[in-house]
Parts: sequence; structure tokens; C-alpha cells
Amino acid sequence: MLDFPSPPHHEAAERLRDEVRAFLAAEIAGRTPLQRAESWNGFDRAFSRALGARGWLGMTWPKRYGGHERTTFERYVVVEETLAAGAPVSAHWIADRQSGPTLLKFGSEAQKESILPRIAAGDCVFCIGMSEPDSGSDLAAVRTRAEPVAGGWRVTGTKLWTTNAHEADYMILFCRTSGSPADRHKGTSQLLVDMKATEGMTVRPIYDLAGQHHFNEVHFDQAFLPATALIGTEGNGWSQVMSELAFERSGPERFLSSIQLLVELIRALRGSGSDLAQQTIGRLTAHLLTLRRLSRGVATLLEEGRDAAVQAAIVKDLGATFEQELPEIARSLVDAEPDRQSTRDLLAVLAYTMMVAPSFSLRGGTREILRGIIARGLGAR
Amino acid sequence: MSETSFVLGEMVDRLFARVLDDDAMRSARAGAWPDAAWRAVVEQGLLRALVAGDQGFGLPLADGLALVRQLGRRAVPLPLAETMIANALLEKAGLPVVDGVVGLVPEQAGVLLREEGSAWRASGEADRIAWGRHADALLVEAGGRIGLMTSHFRVDREGSNMAAQPRDRMVLDGPATVAPAPRLSLLEAGALIRALAMAGALQTLVAMTIEHVSQRHQFGRPLSAFQVIQHGLARLAAESAAASAAADLAADAYAGDSPRAGLAIAAARARIGEAAGIAIGLAHQLHGALGFTEEHRLHWFTTALWAWRDEYGTAAWWTRRLGAEALAWQAPSYWPNVTAV
Repeated sequence: MLDFPSPPHHEAAERLRDEVRAFLAAEIAGRTPLQRAESWNGFDRAFSRALGARGWLGMTWPKRYGGHERTTFERYVVVEETLAAGAPVSAHWIADRQSGPTLLKFGSEAQKESILPRIAAGDCVFCIGMSEPDSGSDLAAVRTRAEPVAGGWRVTGTKLWTTNAHEADYMILFCRTSGSPADRHKGTSQLLVDMKATEGMTVRPIYDLAGQHHFNEVHFDQAFLPATALIGTEGNGWSQVMSELAFERSGPERFLSSIQLLVELIRALRGSGSDLAQQTIGRLTAHLLTLRRLSRGVATLLEEGRDAAVQAAIVKDLGATFEQELPEIARSLVDAEPDRQSTRDLLAVLAYTMMVAPSFSLRGGTREILRGIIARGLGAR
Repeated sequence: MSETSFVLGEMVDRLFARVLDDDAMRSARAGAWPDAAWRAVVEQGLLRALVAGDQGFGLPLADGLALVRQLGRRAVPLPLAETMIANALLEKAGLPVVDGVVGLVPEQAGVLLREEGSAWRASGEADRIAWGRHADALLVEAGGRIGLMTSHFRVDREGSNMAAQPRDRMVLDGPATVAPAPRLSLLEAGALIRALAMAGALQTLVAMTIEHVSQRHQFGRPLSAFQVIQHGLARLAAESAAASAAADLAADAYAGDSPRAGLAIAAARARIGEAAGIAIGLAHQLHGALGFTEEHRLHWFTTALWAWRDEYGTAAWWTRRLGAEALAWQAPSYWPNVTAV
């Protein structure tokens, strides 16, 4: 019913793990625990290029598009090792995980040839154009509209929560190309937006509660996109965007967001030998081992070319709960106030993780949306 | 899984559907020994299902362990998993395989194995031995050895677990045939079979709950049409998936003779113990009052889970044991230790 196949032992992937660890040990040696805790929010184009130069981006893609034709398991190792080490992955993250795979699956030959090699080189930043002010979880209520005009499209509308829009080279824009919002899934499409050369588009920062600028609001006012911007088929946007979300939800990042806090907590508790410390770290380690096994099961499904949408939703739901409870558990064991300015790494990491934790069960599909997907997968209507 | 294993799995499932019908399950829940079912199991040779080589089925161990999970799916109230794993260990140690009920006596029970002249003797008292009153033999672990006793043990006091399965206090004093203990202890072997059986029982809990909320109507709609019910169902399925993954991790490590198998078993028991508690609560809530009756089959599974999660080491003990190990890993190497399991 809900099959999570056994991940095979993959010799090449395990060899690669050692290489990645050695690379990271040198490349990000200077990052503090607090910087490591920021991981997927850490934006560093030089790091992404270095990763690309090692052949560790676009790993599973065909060589003719700059890829490396390696297995899902090898890519999995690179992703989990970079996250576990707290490397700054934000500059390649979205492109490698979902925008590239979406272009590979649906994009035109010209799009694939011009963009995929740049992503694989770590030289091309993408942002996601899905959410809108009135369309969050209810993605089908999308109002941004692209009107067909001579030679292309005129786009009007607003996208929200657009991570890295202020840095990005491209956006994959989900919008309506025909009909009205009442048509729901019908009449939607995906368009490729050049973020550096599109007129009529403005990007405004939105600061999050941790005081950081990752989010943006992107406003399109009669912005012109050429006909070649269409990704895939006009009107097929809904099924394409669902496929993109499946890429977005399937990786190990869905349970590793708080890993630096767990490492710091263990450092602080070591030697205490108390039953409570053992009980707590035992429970968290059991959760982590189980999540990793589930996530590798998802990778196995993907490698076999099978649908993993429901399994990925389960991993993300369990993973977000784990990541989110970590700050609460840590503060129950540590008798000090969380403080981002603290010279004690644990307290700084705790404060930061606490502030970003509410997002863990929102981004990439809220807990409520995921549970609906799981229930439907079980046959409940 | 090989085709042979698949066919065997189907056969075993049909066998239990026949010999453990609702009446047999009800009388077992009332404490009776399911004699007909046990005789059928013996007749089919299932006691040797995990035995390697000519004496057994010749199944890969991983596939044999899948049968143990299958027993959990039907909450089979028999000492079959214990006997299967005991026979696998006996064969591997070069000791005789037993064609009857084998009780496991882990080192923690405190029984001694002593050399007397050219022979060995087991003596002591052991509490909560599974199906002790029905045991034809006991497999004892002590001081780096395992010993097989086929006589000279008796029940001192009968007891039972939360699912009314016999858990008896035994007195042992007699000859034992010994061999060096396997790398993984009897406690770990026992913990593994419980982990697998619990993963199986949780799968059945999910299936029963889906069926119930799809068929039961309230307010003019099936329960499954309510979002709050769907979300409860999703949480239940997620806990079951976690339990299965944790059991798979442990079974693969055990079958592969991994040096990390002890850790994987500890993790499985910690995670599944928690999953069982959450899942039992959700399954009963979603079944409503109907599931709280003696008549409903739900409690065959929920009482078994209540019992199994604390047998061969409680969930709390396994959790602390894993925690003590993890705290001993040097902090920078926490993650490498995680990926090595």
C-alpha cells in the first residue's frame, strides 16, 4: 500500500560520501555553528560554483546538458552531507532540486541547452513563482495572468514568499494563461522568467521574523515574456507544478533543518550521564535514523522511476515535526536563555533555530496539505 | 524478496486465516492455548523457517524475518517467532534444532551456566518467559555462551502480558548443551522479533482503521469525508510507516550481520515503542466506542502492541541505551555515526 523499498547498499555512493566530507571539511572549515545552522538560508555563489566544479550539481542529468548521469543515491549523499555539515546551499538549492528537473522534464530543447549546464556549474540561481497574496496552500486559485500577445506574453500579477528573487537569475512562474480562477486547474501554465532582463517586474524585500531577507514580493505589471518562455505545454501547468512540488518534497532536507542544534545539544549533554539526557538523545537519534531510512526509501522509489508523492509527504510531515520539536526539547534540558549573540554556540543556535522553526511545517506544502495528500493516498475521500 | 519467499508468505497467510479464525483468536485472548493452530504450524515445518542450510527452508534470513512481521499482521498468539529465531541460532551454533516450543532466556534474566566436569548445567530463576508453561526447551544465554535445555525446568508462577499471552516465572536446574554465544545477544534477537511483529500489527491497525472510517457513516457522510478524520488517519499511517522503516533498518542490519545491528535494533525498539503508543491512541479514537468493545477485533492488535513494546527490554530501556551510545560518540562524529547504522 505505502511501499518504502529497502535502499540498496551503493558502493559508489559510499565512496563519494568520503570525498564530499573531505571537501566540506576544507571548504567550510571557518563557518561557526550559528552559520552552519542557517544552512539552506546560507547564500554563497562561490561555494555553489565549487560544488558544481566537483560535478556535484545536476548529478543525475544527461551529460549533454552538463549533467553527470549519476544515480539518485549519489545525489542523495551529496545533498545530505552538505546539509548535515551546514554548508551554504541556498545559491544552488532550488535550481538543483526542482527547477532543473522541471526544465529537464518539460522544457524546450533551447531551454535545456542554455540553462541546465549553468545550473550544473553552480552558476545559475532560481526562484519559485508559485504562492500569491491570495493563493497559498490553494495554489489553483492563482491569479497572475499571462495574456498571449504578438511574439509572447504580457504578465500581470503578484508572487509572494519568493525566496531569493532578489538574487535569482530565473523564476519558474506558475500562472493563468486562459480562463478564470473559477476554472481551477485548467488554463494554467509555467513560464520561464529572466529575472535580470524582464521589464515591468519589480522585486520588493520581505523580512522574516528572524530579521533576515530571504523572501520577496515580485510584482509583474504588463511584463513582456517572449513566446519561448513557455515551459512544456500551455494549459498543462497544474500537472507540471505538481510534479515540481514532488521534487521539492522528496529530499533529505525535510528532516535536517535542526541538525546543528542536535549536535550542539549532544555536545552540551555529554558527560552528564543523566537518565533524562540518555532518554532524550536516544529518542531523537531513533527518530533521525528512522527518518533517514524513510527518506532513502523515497530516493529508491525515484531511482526506480516510481511515483513517490505520498511517501514524500509522509517523510516531510514526520520530518518537520522532528525538526520543530528540537528547540523545545533543547530548552527543556538546558538551563539558560536562548540568545543569538551568545558566545555559547548552543544558545545562539537554539535562538536561531527557534525563530525559523515555525516555517518548517509551512514551506513546501503545509502540514495540513500534506496530511490531505497522505489521506487521499490511503483512499480516504 | 524472492518468488519462493512470496509464495511462502501467501501460504502462511492462508494457513493463519484458516487455523486462527475469530473464535480461535477470541479464546486465545481469554488465555487458552491455540492447540490446533500450533499443530498446523508444526506440521508445515514453520518452526524451521529461519534455519539456514538443509535443516531449514533455505530462505535468505531477510526473507525469513519478513515472515515474523507477517505473524504480527495477524497478531498470531503463538510462540512461533521465538521458536523460529531460536532454531536459527541453534543451527548456527551447531546445536540441535527443536521441533517444539522454545523459550528464550536472555542473559538479563540472571540464569547461570556452569561447567560441571565434562558437562554444563543451567540453574537459576527467570521471570516473564514467553509461553514458558508450553516450552519444550529453553535457550539460555549467560557468560558468553548459549545453552539449550530440554528438561529440568518448571513453571514457578504463571503470569501473562497485556494481551493475555503466557509470561511465566520459571525455575531451571539441569543439564544444558552449550556453544559460544552469537555476536548479537538473545535479548537483541528477542527485541528484533518484537520490533518486526509490531511493525506488522501497526500495518493491520492502519488497514482496519481505513476500512472503518470508510464504512461508518455519521452526519450523513462516511467518516473519511471529514478532514479531521483524514488527518488522524494520515498521522496513523505515518507512524506505521516509521515503525516499518525502523523495523526494516534493524532486520537488514541483523540479516547482514552488521556490527551496527545492536544500535539499529535499539533504534527500532525506541521508535516503534513510541509509534505504537501514538497509533493505538489514534486507532481507538477513529474507531470510536465500537473499537472499545470485547467483540471488536481491534483490541487483538492494540493489546498485543501494548505488551510487545515492553518485552525483551522496555522501550524506555532501549531508548536510554541508544542515547548512552550516542552521547558517547564525539560530537563532530555524531553524523558519521548516524550514517554508519
